[in-house]
Amino acid sequence: MSAEGSTFDEMFDGNGNTRPAYGEYCRWFGEQPGEFLNRKNREADDTFRRTGITFNVYGENEAEERLIPFDMVPRIITANEWRRLSRGIEQRVRALNSFLYDLYHRQEIVRAGRLPERLLRANDAWLANMVGFTPPGGIYTHIVGIDLVRTGPDEFFVLEDNARTPSGVSYMLENRETMMAMFPDLFSRIAVESVSNYPRRLARSLAACVPPAFTGGKPTVAVLTPGIYNSAYFEHAFLADQMGAELVEGSDLRVVEGRVQMRTTRGYKPIDVLYRRVDDEFLDPLTFNPDSVLGVPGIMDVYRAGGITIANAPGTGVADDKAIYSFMPDIVEFYTGEKPLLPNVQTWRCADPDSLAYVLDNLAELVVKEVHGSGGYGMLIGPTASKREIAAFRDKLKARPENYIAQPTLALSTCPIYTRAGLAPRHVDLRPFVLVSPEGIDITPGGLTRVALKKGSLVVNSSQGGGTKDTWVLKD
Amino acid sequence: MLGRTANSLFWMFRYLERAENTARLLEAALRMALTRDLVAAEAEWRSVIATLGLQQPYEAAHESYDGLTVWNFVLRGSSNSGNVRAMFGAVRSNARQARINISSDVWEAVNDNWMKLDKLLSRPVGQTAVGEVLGTIRRAGTQVHGAFDGSMLRDEGYHFARAGTFIERADSTTRILDMKYFLLLPSLSYVGSSLDTGQWEQVLRSVAGARVYSWLNAGQIEARGIVEFLVLDDRFPRSLAFCRSALRENLAALARMHGVDGQAITLMRDADTRISHLSVDQIFDQGLHEFLVDFLARNAAIGQAIAGDYRFHA
Repeated sequence: MSAEGSTFDEMFDGNGNTRPAYGEYCRWFGEQPGEFLNRKNREADDTFRRTGITFNVYGENEAEERLIPFDMVPRIITANEWRRLSRGIEQRVRALNSFLYDLYHRQEIVRAGRLPERLLRANDAWLANMVGFTPPGGIYTHIVGIDLVRTGPDEFFVLEDNARTPSGVSYMLENRETMMAMFPDLFSRIAVESVSNYPRRLARSLAACVPPAFTGGKPTVAVLTPGIYNSAYFEHAFLADQMGAELVEGSDLRVVEGRVQMRTTRGYKPIDVLYRRVDDEFLDPLTFNPDSVLGVPGIMDVYRAGGITIANAPGTGVADDKAIYSFMPDIVEFYTGEKPLLPNVQTWRCADPDSLAYVLDNLAELVVKEVHGSGGYGMLIGPTASKREIAAFRDKLKARPENYIAQPTLALSTCPIYTRAGLAPRHVDLRPFVLVSPEGIDITPGGLTRVALKKGSLVVNSSQGGGTKDTWVLKD
Repeated sequence: MLGRTANSLFWMFRYLERAENTARLLEAALRMALTRDLVAAEAEWRSVIATLGLQQPYEAAHESYDGLTVWNFVLRGSSNSGNVRAMFGAVRSNARQARINISSDVWEAVNDNWMKLDKLLSRPVGQTAVGEVLGTIRRAGTQVHGAFDGSMLRDEGYHFARAGTFIERADSTTRILDMKYFLLLPSLSYVGSSLDTGQWEQVLRSVAGARVYSWLNAGQIEARGIVEFLVLDDRFPRSLAFCRSALRENLAALARMHGVDGQAITLMRDADTRISHLSVDQIFDQGLHEFLVDFLARNAAIGQAIAGDYRFHA
């Protein structure tokens, strides 16, 4: 499964012929003079820098703003492929919300013996003070990102669920804006589903979840950011701007008369829905981390009393846990009564002795991940790791097996990137963005394609040198 | 608008103005030093540091006053936390804070210029480069103001930004005038005789008023005329009268939008009754220095009152 030769390339088949999805694009590409493409490639970087689409990286000395490299060759998905994917995503997201509701209420799934209770107790993201509480509209995950990988023409897998605070949607939007500005003719030749109304849909979906204390009129929505030094600050400002919402920090907020209110030039004003981009543990220093200055003292009490909607709901991170992930096929079936339309990647839970033994014997072929890890950190990629790294990891694994899961090294599909030497295949994944509201589930066509820019690399995370591509879903 | 955002807009434009004024001051000194002997040039650079209130940190780091050392200290000195590079950093981080309340044009003008200046000021600025660097700083101000004027909604944010601009500008003009007056005090006892016209010309140059003053006064350089021009002429955009009248309008607009007259307006009215009727002769009679010191304090108090009136801080 890990052999390079069997890698599925999304643009070209094994004989070097263009796949149908890319037909018109490749014709266009062939007509462009090389110098034109080189120039456009350079321009793209300048555009991103000027508009300030950066993320912050904290190095040894000082914070540095970096660009996420943008590749100008789009990743293209056909209408048929998308229809199938979106059905699977919708099913999974519906199951996730039912699952979260159940976990914080009767825990039927545990009672039915389909999920071991220890997974909840061991889970850092589990919030005891969410038990018995139902968020406004019954929605836990207003915004979800489902990470998908592809290994063949019809083989899509879910690699990860991001129910906590998925990021990257601003890149999806800006990548498209950049592509349309650089290659307007391309979009007149090829009909591509639009993504630009995501902010409006997000605003509508948040406004549909007002808390009981809402007094009518236009709901007040605000985005809570940790501030300008946060790596995703650009995205927070971008979304607030596009939604016409206020962009607030913890220091702007205070509990006044049972509501969370923001300090405006006219005095304090209640917030109805808070789209927070601050982790649970920093949300309320009275309830969680007492040292946090990013949150609002008392917000959890206001929340439980119906004074504000928090999106996503506190405690949703339980579902991001990779040990829970390994149960997702059961979870989907338990809550929807259907077989999962999108499969998981095969996963060994190292907490289980037989699995652990298998994993230890096959470390050189497997990818091992920390159960609570994210951002591509704390993982071992067997086939590219040195003997020493493997040995070191083996010790960590033996010491705390329940902290790890293992998966086969997938031959992630490739999509070409633009280089001065021509097109060159690189591994990609896909994060579609899903909005959940009482009105239903809304998936923006496409999502964010992340691409490993180094030849042969399977790590697409932006914190580790990954880039992004514009993602097209073709119209029928 | 959030109080914090109002604060960011106010300070974004104060720092932008401060950077521009500092560049003008250096440009004027640079020109002055070129036309003087070594001793006079040293005095000139010393007065730049004094005008900016930087004697202590400067003398802690350097033994003597020469152009190269002074402008590098002012522009990028690591022992000068208020250097121009840091000012521009503050302009940009305030713009980022207020990102959703400024137009993309304004943001791009700020970000573009910050990228340019941060790079230019990351290395020592030599004799041949300093002119270009100072020009770039001035043009950065022009570009941001231009984008602001052409693309911003005239809401409260606009008036907070403008208030910051004019408070800072009045502060700067006052300090430049006061410092030169102090240095030239001995010669003033012989009004009209041994006046160092070059020095006064330089005051005008520091506030970009040399040509227009000259045109208005048929080339006659004299202290009274210059003070009248910089303090009382409300046609000149860097004069105290102009800044006050602009600030008055901004405060009135803010009060109208918020439906309350705040402390800032009260202070403004108070200052008006004491200052606005004064003639240049009366100012000289009561003492220009005393007048300027009083003005600085009132100007600063209005700035603080705005922060209080509009909840800049928790």
